[in-house]
Amino acid sequence: MSWLFAFSPEELTAIRLSLWVAFWAMLGSLPVGVALALVLSRGRFWGKSLLNVVVHLPLIMPPVVTGYLLLLLFGRKGPIGEFLAEKLGIVFAFRWTGAALACAIMGFPLLVRSIRLSIDAVDRRLEDAAGTLGANALWIFVTITLPLIVPGIIAGMILSFARALGEFGATITFVSNIPGETQTLPTAIYMLIQVPGGDLAALRLTLVSIAISMLALFASEALIDRASRRVQGR
Amino acid sequence: MLSVAVAHRLGDFLLDAAFESGGGLTALFGRSGSGKTSLVNAIAGLIRPSRGRIVVDGEVLTDTASGVFVPARRRHVGYVFQEGRLFPHLTVRQNLLYGRRFAPTSRRNGRGRAGEVEHVIELLGIGELLGRRPANLSGGEKQRVAIGRALLAQPRLLVMDEPLASLDEERKTEILPYIERLRDEFAIPIVYVSHAIAEVTRLATTMVVMSEGRVAAVGPTAAIMGRIDLFPLTGRAEAGAILNTRVAEHDIRFGLTTLRSAAGDLRVPYIDMRLGTQLRVRIRARDVMIALQPPQGLSALNILPGTVAEIGPADGGSVEMRLDCGGEALIARLTRRSVEGLGLAPGRPVYAVIKSIAFDHQAFAGAAPSTPGADADTRHG
Repeated sequence: MSWLFAFSPEELTAIRLSLWVAFWAMLGSLPVGVALALVLSRGRFWGKSLLNVVVHLPLIMPPVVTGYLLLLLFGRKGPIGEFLAEKLGIVFAFRWTGAALACAIMGFPLLVRSIRLSIDAVDRRLEDAAGTLGANALWIFVTITLPLIVPGIIAGMILSFARALGEFGATITFVSNIPGETQTLPTAIYMLIQVPGGDLAALRLTLVSIAISMLALFASEALIDRASRRVQGR
Repeated sequence: MLSVAVAHRLGDFLLDAAFESGGGLTALFGRSGSGKTSLVNAIAGLIRPSRGRIVVDGEVLTDTASGVFVPARRRHVGYVFQEGRLFPHLTVRQNLLYGRRFAPTSRRNGRGRAGEVEHVIELLGIGELLGRRPANLSGGEKQRVAIGRALLAQPRLLVMDEPLASLDEERKTEILPYIERLRDEFAIPIVYVSHAIAEVTRLATTMVVMSEGRVAAVGPTAAIMGRIDLFPLTGRAEAGAILNTRVAEHDIRFGLTTLRSAAGDLRVPYIDMRLGTQLRVRIRARDVMIALQPPQGLSALNILPGTVAEIGPADGGSVEMRLDCGGEALIARLTRRSVEGLGLAPGRPVYAVIKSIAFDHQAFAGAAPSTPGADADTRHG
């Protein structure tokens, strides 16, 4: 059984990088996700259904397509990539930041959907009641709406995190498979399967992958349960 | 003090209502779907009427003609909703204090005791509940917390939309005295929406009768309840006159209390109230009998002389009539046969007979709103 714990430095790096990338993908997309969910749930404007479709596209399109589009837009020569690199010094291409961006985009529909459903479920009459007590829109959002949608936000974050951990196609297309920079668990496993004698290492990482996923799911269930109790005042 | 004129279309329904009120408790009474809730929502600023003008305490809150629309949060109109609408994720204490930070400092002291959190908590009897969350409260407790929450935001006007509708009879009787104390102790003007005549006759200073989006009648509660022509709207079964009385005497031996009114003395089952206390009594039309001579050898204790003032239209076999008893109105329901048999007609002197037992707890209301705090110092004995 010793093979099970005989992680090579490269494997440990892949695990660490995977968690790191997934964490930032989740955190970075959160504010945008909440804002978009709010707009989609509450907004009434022309082109709302189009926006909804665009948000959900990464869920349906082949990940390779998403990765390639990212490469076109955020690559060194891409319009957005070039601008960010020159003006702000932010580079996505072939960096871990690019992997995080790809993961964030792929997990975004799940994040937005989960939060949006929880906003839809908020009793707006409670917000009216807060209004008659003198609260303005921002204060109502912070003290009433936000606490009530916390379970949905947590669920969305976990889904986004889980999606990021499993992301393969868009990541490898956009930022390739550079050990120590963009090589996450799935790409590492994929590489190991291609190399003769890499089977044991691939199995090790697979088990790690399963363990992380299960932990994340258990944690999310517990968190959501606690948050719902709090929200419902039980 | 409060002046409302609103025209608003909601689908097929047209709300076109106007009324004025000088304070106290103004009841909007009418069947469900008569536009009561829309009207108070317009007052609270939750809906923006297509046309209208709403003025509270001299401040224009809505005036479509000049484009004025003060948003709900700046109106300082407290709202007690039918379902309470307590914030489920906050404790009772946090709910109560939610509106405090927005309360105008000028009124914080101006309205005196209404500002004292402890006083409100004590008045509503919710001290035990402060650490709990709404999910762990009974219906009656929820409504008391909702009233406290609205009150602590220092409103200049309190709007209550069927606050008792979702409660059972026992809970209703538990809350009614608190609402009376709001009206009398805090002297805060209240607009109270209800379709329950017992609540309205007990609480209201002024009654606004609504029907199909329009105001059918406005006036002092006793005057409205004495109008036979409004019975189709105010409800025949529960029809009855309201008498303003004063506790005049207690008869401990027989467990009776004498109430004095302009119509005469009423002897009712003992009420634990000080002599001189103003009391509003509802005498249901179905509890009143009519005699042509002062009856003798009768068990009923209350015999009030008066004259027939008005006889209403027949409704099946029965008829309502209004009697003038020393200037006060009394409503009686008789069979058409009795009316004919006794030869009753306007102007005819008669005697109204009322059994003392007819006065159940629902018939009485606390101190009459017209003269709050007019209790005499005399103790009953």
